Parts: sequence; structure tokens; C-alpha cells
Amino acid sequence: MAPLPGRLARAIAVPLLVVVAWELACRAGVFSPLVLPSPWQVLRRWVAYASPLAPRDPAAEGLLSWLASGELWQDAAGSLERVLGGFAIGAALALPLGLLMGARPSVHELMDPLLQVLRPIPPIAFIPLAILWFGLGNPPAFFLIALGAFFPVLVNTVAGVRNVDAIYLRAARNLGAGELTVFRRVMLPSAMPYILAGMRIGMGVAFIVVIVAEMTAVNRGLGYRILEAREYFWSDKIIAGMISIGLLGLAIDALMGRLQSRLLRWRRGIEG
Amino acid sequence: MTGTPAIRVEGLRQAFAAGGREVVALAGIDLEVADGEFACLLGPSGCGKSTLLNAVAGFLRPTAGRVLVRGREVAAPGPDRAMVFQEYALFPWMTVAENVAFGLEMKGLGPAQVRREVGAWLEKLHLADFADRFPKDLSGGMRQRVAIARVLAVDPPVLLMDEPFGALDALTRRNLQDELARIWAGTGKTVLFVTHGIEESLYLADRVVAMTYRPGTVKRIVPVALPRPRDPSSPEFNALKKELTALVMEEQARHERDELGGPGR
Repeated sequence: MAPLPGRLARAIAVPLLVVVAWELACRAGVFSPLVLPSPWQVLRRWVAYASPLAPRDPAAEGLLSWLASGELWQDAAGSLERVLGGFAIGAALALPLGLLMGARPSVHELMDPLLQVLRPIPPIAFIPLAILWFGLGNPPAFFLIALGAFFPVLVNTVAGVRNVDAIYLRAARNLGAGELTVFRRVMLPSAMPYILAGMRIGMGVAFIVVIVAEMTAVNRGLGYRILEAREYFWSDKIIAGMISIGLLGLAIDALMGRLQSRLLRWRRGIEG
Repeated sequence: MTGTPAIRVEGLRQAFAAGGREVVALAGIDLEVADGEFACLLGPSGCGKSTLLNAVAGFLRPTAGRVLVRGREVAAPGPDRAMVFQEYALFPWMTVAENVAFGLEMKGLGPAQVRREVGAWLEKLHLADFADRFPKDLSGGMRQRVAIARVLAVDPPVLLMDEPFGALDALTRRNLQDELARIWAGTGKTVLFVTHGIEESLYLADRVVAMTYRPGTVKRIVPVALPRPRDPSSPEFNALKKELTALVMEEQARHERDELGGPGR
């Protein structure tokens, strides 16, 4: 591999070029600032979005909570709360069901047809029902995100358990392991690469769904803010919101990637 | 328990459905392995020797007949007949030490005792420096050492080995054969060892059970009364090797005729 400075230079070369070209095009007046604001304008708007709304009153609040009082942080925290909450609900339901369906063909036969019919329906199609059932605010968002995370985790968990190499089951039983031990110490760890891959996909879906959910049912969060900015033709704020979502998603995916290679360091090809 | 053989196979028949046809892997096997004996099942691939081993292990239900281990009919797998697989079958998500500890934990030993036993067996198989490695970091020979340690740690009276050295290079194989012979001599365990290596069977076994190609039956049992450690260059060894080679080649020829679908069919 090339030395780090070289790799870093290559990694940022294209993004930098795009931003510079974009800036120059805007300065030359190619686009109306309403349609496509310049990167500089977006950056200034992003800083304003992140800054506290009111000057700090030292008697009333600490420095940190004042810094975090900016709209952006409040929105990001709201979106993150919904993503993590919804994901936790979806994964907590999908994981045991997937393990059971993978390990017991009779359960699979029973549950699979219904799940196969529900799976192709995009979670977004459930928005009207979600609002009808859960009203406005966080509950419908949790429902939609849980639904979005549920299927990737489920499908991967089932595949993971079904792909456990029979030789491991034989070896474990041969050494005196009972059904529960085989499940806990052989099937589960053996299926773990699939399960974690499913969770990573599920988290990605949760991010898509949270934005849509916030655009319809919630009045806080990054998705809501983008929609609000559109009402006022604040294109720079729309882009600032989009970039914030991207960075948040990237951070979570990187964290999950770290977790994945930590838990799967026993696998060939993954260095721990 | 001098009266009861360690393994007793009575009229064992194993048939499988394959592509709508019934394939008879084993037809009427009768076999006794004495307590403390090292027996090899020898034959070309397709003679059902692994099937016989799997039936003794309890992975297969007999189509007819039965298998008794130390007087008790085999109904399920169990640690009294611990198996070493050709593919090692180490749990890749466990370290070497955790793999060896697994069977001990299943026996209900406490953590301190497990640690002590694991340490002793890793020492005995020259694996002490690899205790915290994962199987992916080990060579084939080292992996099979771990698998042998894992099985010996549970102290099974009967040891089942399914071509354990089949995937190893010649030097590593000889090395592990010597080590197995040494450990076996000190424990008095009964060993049922599957191989297609004629020399390997003569090097290790008290008796070699030569099997016929499909359906698998016992073709002949050849006692190997040579002193240990055995010398593969001795005339006695080579006389037995010649005898066994003739037996195995007959079956190999039937195997090839069968595979090529010759005019006899």
C-alpha cells in the first residue's frame, strides 16, 4: 500500500475538485443561488445551523449545554434517538425469530409465507397507517424504523443459522453438548457474521426511513429540518442538513464496521 | 471388563436413498474390537468405512442391526466415543484453548480444573504457545493436533478417527502418527481408525479390517503382530503390506469398473 500522505491526497483529490468546480460555477453565476447555493454559502449556513440560537447566560447554563443548544445538534440527537430506538426494537424482534426460524424448519414453514408477502412492501408505504395507528411524533417513527430494520436482520439471521456447517454440530454433540449448548455456543457464533451483516444493512435502512418519517410525522430532526428549509427556499440549509445526515450515517456505519471486525476477528481475512 | 468387547457391531446394514435409488453402504457388518485394541478400517473410498465409523459414533441410525459400545447399544452421539474428523472440525470462533476446553466444560468440570486439564493437554501435544490463537492461524498439522487434544481431554474410552491425517503432507503425517502411537500406548484406549493408507494402517493398528467396495462388508481381518515402534522397512512389514495391497487393489479395481460403468453392468 502507498504511504499514508499519498493515499490521503488521492482520497480527497476528486471531492476537492468537485467542490472547487461547484464554487467557481456559482461565482460565475451559472446557477441561481436559490437553485444551487455555493459551497461557501452552504458552509456558512451550516455553521449558523450548528451555532447556539441565543447568547449564553453563564448563570443559567453550562458551556457544553449552551454549545449543544444549536438547532443542528438538537435535530441530530432527535434523529439518532429515533434511529437507535427503532433499530433496537426491530432487531430485538427479528433476532430471536430469525434464530428460531433458522433452527426449526417447522417454525420456518409456518412463518415464512407471511413474512415473504410483507417483506417487499417498503416501510414508507406504511406511513399513512403508522400515523393512523400511532398518531404523530416519535411512536410512528419508531414503528417505521423498526419495520425497516426488521427484515434485513431477520433474513440474514435465518440464512446464518441455516448455513451452519453440519460438521460443527456433529463435533459439539460428539463432545457431549446438549441442544441448548449447541444453539448457544455453535449455531449462534457460527451465524454471527451473517447476523452482523444483516444489522449493518438494517441500520442503513433505518437511516433512510428516519428521514422520511421525520418529513411526515415529526416536527424535529434532520429530516424535518430539510423539509422546513424547503418551505422557505433555504437551499443552503437543505444541503447543510443533507450533509449532516450523511456524516451521521457514515459515523454509525464506521462504528458498526469496527464492532464487526472486533467480534469476527476469528475469521480468515479479517485482521483484528 | 475383559469379557465385553469395547465395540461390537452386529449385522449392521446402512442404506441411503440417493437419486430415487437405494444405495447400500454397509451390508451385514459383524465386527468386534477388543478393549484397548487399535483397529484400522481400510478400503478404497466408497467402501463405507466412514459410514461404519459414523454409526459407531451415533451420527447415523442403523437401517438394520445394531452397534454396542462397551455393552451398551449406541443411540446418540456421546463423549465416550469421541471423534477426530478429517476436516478437523475445530470451532473457528474459539481459540485453541477454548476448543480444548469445550468437551471438559460439557463434562461439568469447574473452571480451575478445566484450565489445568487444558494446560496439560496443550503441553502434551506441543501446543502451549498457541493457546490463544484462532484455528485460522494454524497449519493443518497443528489444527489436527488441537482436534486430538480436544478429544483426548475428555478422556474417552473409545477414540474414533476418520482419516485424521488424510489432508496432511507426508512428513507431518508421520510425525502425528508417531505421536498418536505414543499417546495411545500410554492410555490403553480403544481406537477405531479409518484410513485408505495401507502403510498407515500397518504402522498403527493391532488389526487391519480390509473392507469390500460397495456394498461395504468385511473382506478380511489381518492381524499385525509386529513389535512397536514399527519399522516400515522390515521384511515382515513389507510382507503384510503386499498382502493388504493385493486385497485393497481388488476392491479398487471394482470401484473403478463401477465408476466407469464398464460392460459388466
